[in-house]
Amino acid sequence: MTSPSELYQSVILDHNRAPRNFRLMPEASGHGQGYNPLCGDQLTVWLKQDGDRITDVSFQGSGCAISKAAASMMTTVVKGKTRAEAAAIFDSYHRMVTGLGGLADDLPPKLAIFAGVREFPARVKCATLAWHALKAAMQEGGKAGGR
Amino acid sequence: MTGGAAMNTPVARDALDVGRVRRDFPFLRARINDHPVVYLDSAATAQRPRAVVDAESDFALLEYANVHRGVHTLSQRATARYDQARERVRGFVNATDASEIVFTAGTTAAINLVARSYARPVLRSGDEILLTEMEHHSNIVPWQIVAQEAGATIRVVPVTDAGELDLDQAARLIGPRTRVVAVTHVSNVLGTVNPIRSVADLAHAAGAVLLVDGAQAVPHRRVDVLALGCDFYAASAHKMYGPNGVGFLWGRRELLEAMPPWQGGGGMIEVVSFEGTSFAPPPARFEAGTPPITQAIGFAAAIEYLEALGWEAIERHEATLVAEATRRLAGIPGVRLIGTAADRVGVVSFVVEGIHPHDVGTVLDLAGVAVRASHHCAQPLMRRFGVSGTVRASFGVYNTLEELDVLVAGLHEARRVFGG
Repeated sequence: MTSPSELYQSVILDHNRAPRNFRLMPEASGHGQGYNPLCGDQLTVWLKQDGDRITDVSFQGSGCAISKAAASMMTTVVKGKTRAEAAAIFDSYHRMVTGLGGLADDLPPKLAIFAGVREFPARVKCATLAWHALKAAMQEGGKAGGR
Repeated sequence: MTGGAAMNTPVARDALDVGRVRRDFPFLRARINDHPVVYLDSAATAQRPRAVVDAESDFALLEYANVHRGVHTLSQRATARYDQARERVRGFVNATDASEIVFTAGTTAAINLVARSYARPVLRSGDEILLTEMEHHSNIVPWQIVAQEAGATIRVVPVTDAGELDLDQAARLIGPRTRVVAVTHVSNVLGTVNPIRSVADLAHAAGAVLLVDGAQAVPHRRVDVLALGCDFYAASAHKMYGPNGVGFLWGRRELLEAMPPWQGGGGMIEVVSFEGTSFAPPPARFEAGTPPITQAIGFAAAIEYLEALGWEAIERHEATLVAEATRRLAGIPGVRLIGTAADRVGVVSFVVEGIHPHDVGTVLDLAGVAVRASHHCAQPLMRRFGVSGTVRASFGVYNTLEELDVLVAGLHEARRVFGG
């Protein structure tokens, strides 16, 4: 990759500028925190669940374009999914951004715009911070530092 | 112009020959993302000239042995080289005696040594340690640990909007309970050169000792610990074109002599028995175990290299780079400089409106430009300036004005990508 626009695609820039579901959720049934000690970025993910299904999800925090867009996109993807489905999507997504796997069948197509992250090992944490926080939120009130 | 006139131009005579300097650093031939590398991260760690690596490798391949251990010739030679390295550091900081130089793993280890070995035994509940808002975490956390153990309090000198220490506040904060003042010589984020002499006078008037974190000062200026008037001075070799894994603590002899060891082991004793052990005098008392011998020899070579370039020439070259970087960055729309102190060296920190420092760093990286984009291990200072992090370009002897062009072009590219 030689051009910044291959990483910073227009959809990522759009989600960075106008993140979806960027709000507090006082009535949440669970929340999780993501913190990246390398850059000081932090975000909180809230969710509401009906049985096994995620009925609402939101986030707030500060971060780079990759972490903000990844969080925003995540909220639009996992809403309405079961916990197991969300966990499976994270697994496929994680394999894609770390370069361990390609575009898996169960990966929602719109997450494919983050495929460029695999060229930037230092940014994998940014792309997965919200997902780790989601995982903690699904386990209720945990704290995720990312990996 | 005649030859005679040219010879009378002092700038020309003393100027750094950057082209020649660059040939000493093979690293600069690297290409990053299909671009020639533009290394603007020397404040994190500086590249090494061939002379330093040669000194290390010659010693390791041909002369290596442990120090202070054997009667055999090689060990005696290694000991002599290690002692020469210590003497080289003594000369560099203008210390009175080489026994005041303790080799450590780096600045962090040197600060921890003083916190553990000087501060901890003298600290009583209610005592105070005075730090500043611009300290690196390595000059905060060691003090917090011993303060907590002793029931002492940490107090903090604020930083002005320009990025300078508020000396009036410092004078008010230093009092009869202050035992230690710890301050950085040069800020790793702002580049501010602090008025160490004034801080030393304030500390000594209150009966406190002053430790100076010199990590960011040593690559840029000749250090004179006697003129600075401090009691401890800590720095690392890798910030000044030397090897990583070695640094030094300079301490006033009477202070070092009164301090207990901070680590036990071989090389730091006089007599050991299970009933008790008597300790060697400084500096051996603080160098338990096999020290970083090869690195110390590389460190001495780095000091030699810088002295051969000439400190005045280095200062003048870097002042031009910092002034020009400041002027050109300030001219880019949306760029805000963090730290505008009158006396500044080495680094320029900034934020770009609407673009996170990490993203600026990635766009620059794609153009071959290495900068640091983070909180720079100075989170309290980031909070002071209301930012989560900054982009930091730092300069060394091998950087050129042409490289600033690449930096500036990269920032315009970042603004274009992010629609600025």
